[in-house]
Amino acid sequence: MGIEVSLEGKEIVYKRPKALTDAVTHYCPGCGHGTAHRLIAEIVDELGIQGTTVGVAPVGCSVFAYNYFDLDMQQAAHGRACAVATALKRLMPDKYVFTYQGDGDLAGIGGNETLHACNRGENITIVFINNAIYGMTGGQMAPTTLIGQKTTTSPYGRTTNEGNPIRMCELITTLPGVRYVERVAVNTAPRVRKAKAALLKAFKNQQENKGTSFIEIVSNCPSNWKMTPLASNKWIDDAMIPYFPLGVFKDQ
Amino acid sequence: MGETLLMKGNETLAEAALRAGCEAYFGYPITPQSEVPEYLSEEMPKRGRIFLQAESEVASINMLYGAAGAGFKAMTTSSSPGISLMLEGISYIAAAELPCVIANVTRGGPGLGTIQPSQGDYFQAVKGGGHGDYHMIVLAPSTVQEIADLTYDAFDLCWKYRTPVMIMMDGALGQMMEKVTFKEYKEPVRDISWATRGKPANGDRRVITSLHIQPEEMERVNNKLQAKYTEIKKNEVRYETQNCDDADVVIVGFGLSARIGTKAMQMMREKGYKVGLMKPISLWPFPEKAIEDLSRRVKGFYVLELNAGQMIEDVRLANEGRAKVGKYNRYGGMIYSPDEVVEHLEPFCKELK
Amino acid sequence: MLEEIIFAGFGGQGVLSLGQTLTYAGMVESREVCWMPSYGPEMRGGTANCAVSISDTPISSPILAKFDTAIILNNPSFEKFEPRIKSGGVLVYDSTNVTLKSTRKDITILAIPASEEANKLGNARMMGMILLGAYLSKRPVLKITSVTKALEKVLPERYHNLIPLNLKALEIGAGFAQ
Repeated sequence: MGIEVSLEGKEIVYKRPKALTDAVTHYCPGCGHGTAHRLIAEIVDELGIQGTTVGVAPVGCSVFAYNYFDLDMQQAAHGRACAVATALKRLMPDKYVFTYQGDGDLAGIGGNETLHACNRGENITIVFINNAIYGMTGGQMAPTTLIGQKTTTSPYGRTTNEGNPIRMCELITTLPGVRYVERVAVNTAPRVRKAKAALLKAFKNQQENKGTSFIEIVSNCPSNWKMTPLASNKWIDDAMIPYFPLGVFKDQ
Repeated sequence: MGETLLMKGNETLAEAALRAGCEAYFGYPITPQSEVPEYLSEEMPKRGRIFLQAESEVASINMLYGAAGAGFKAMTTSSSPGISLMLEGISYIAAAELPCVIANVTRGGPGLGTIQPSQGDYFQAVKGGGHGDYHMIVLAPSTVQEIADLTYDAFDLCWKYRTPVMIMMDGALGQMMEKVTFKEYKEPVRDISWATRGKPANGDRRVITSLHIQPEEMERVNNKLQAKYTEIKKNEVRYETQNCDDADVVIVGFGLSARIGTKAMQMMREKGYKVGLMKPISLWPFPEKAIEDLSRRVKGFYVLELNAGQMIEDVRLANEGRAKVGKYNRYGGMIYSPDEVVEHLEPFCKELK
Repeated sequence: MLEEIIFAGFGGQGVLSLGQTLTYAGMVESREVCWMPSYGPEMRGGTANCAVSISDTPISSPILAKFDTAIILNNPSFEKFEPRIKSGGVLVYDSTNVTLKSTRKDITILAIPASEEANKLGNARMMGMILLGAYLSKRPVLKITSVTKALEKVLPERYHNLIPLNLKALEIGAGFAQ
């Protein structure tokens, strides 16, 4: 049952980007993934690269990303998105290749693939969603879970016994193959605009073949953090950003 | 037909892949197959093709996934422990129906084992290894010439069926030199309309995935795979027989064991025993019908394997208890000589006379 | 005709390439050939060997227990392979380095001071060629000219100036075998 709305005489100020499908996402209400997806799709539209972009989806909450991007996509084994993207870009240097990965995928199980793709300076865009938790599997501890943060596998709060939360931007920045590293967030409107500018730059960098662009998006997980969307956005400010400072780490 | 060359098995594999139009190679060094990446690292760039030494076998197989998913002819090679690391990726590749070639130049295990030859990876290759209901086509050469020919076939078969094909040869075959003549490779017509090279302007986007979260859908995917496997079993069984027409006992062996078995057969014939040889070339699909037919005529099978007895299970399944099944095995990198085989085979044959 | 030969010595003595040269020579005469090396850590400083088969018919097993001929460059290899020569076979060894003696009466034994002769030639690496010359003179499974042609294949171009010296070494070996 559809609702008929007349658009006559109305100015359209907001619509679905061409590079998104009309699928209803499985993301929870208030989750930052939807925003991040939309930003990438807007950039693909603006650059006019829908026909020349191949994306790589991870395992984790964004495992179904290939259902939402109206792009050629490959779904990679857990943690291996950067390896898959490496092959895609090397065989198709004229195409835009990006990975979209969560913290467990990129920094946990795929740490080695991430590190080495960056070290080789693969000319790809890596989009890293850091929400400090495993979303898809039900809120377990992630490599980026904060000290003291309670998860279903750190019920007493994470301690250094499980290691410290990994700051991927800081780690990746040291690698000479990496060209551009920025940490952004999507919990406020100005930050969303800034995130889009960073992603745009990261995609444009591929035109110049100068190395890896790595964008970490600090995001929220209201369901597994057990917070309202509003409270989760505030927690990003209060807890996440003090440990994961926003900003440009490298831009060459 | 080109000129006849004297080449190592590993170099032959690499050269055949080049001639079969392999566009991308990803791999990680491991003995006894390192001549393959060494050879290709020199030759691929000259032809404008992609050679990349990955950070691990795990990365290699997933690079292969990416390359195959974009419709490029791609290969990786490794040896036993490295193949173990690739099994996750192989399962994904089989499920996503991606065409690619994986060569396993096998060594003795389990564990880090030894770098000496072994056939201990038979189960891993033909029974899955990775998770889920999948198969690879597994081709086992036993001469350097066969390495060249089967490498061509591997590239064709993986595209014909959109399925991973494994070339499995032991370290001895990789290291030894024999004469080889490379046939002219005929590039088949390849459909890559499914491959991810950017969404077509007037068509649907392409998705490479092995995730089908609804069980009804996953069952349909499995049905499709099983139908493909049935087709492969019908069309792609390969084996060779020698002296089986009048044989009382048939030696069954693949790869290096078939070579050693051939000599043992000749020595047994000289001693007056009617011994034949059956060499499975496709380990999956296994030549079960050929074994079944033989089992109705012969008194015994003698299964030679450089493992503790793996292929023997497939021989027994096809034999269905008709002929007597004997075996001789060495493993952990040890290899039986023809004389040693004869010493153990003779009492078996005597008993059946 | 099927001739199965083992070449064995220390790693670095040129055992593997000596075997390869003979294998190429077999190819020059359009024979079936197979060269099977020992490989692995034992190659580094330890013993190295390769089995070479030359035949008029397809070669079955590259793995062999017994050999028609053994070409031996050191004591450990002598101990290992001398008992594995078939009755009626040939044992060729470098008597400069091998101090062991064979008591077998059912084989032909050629003890050649190959290292000493190679040093006289001014190139210690000619030792293998001297042994090969002795072997082919006693058991002419392949022509000496085929070995020369094989050297053109085996040796990198920059060493082709050494081919006459190799030929001389083959002749010296043949002389000892007479």
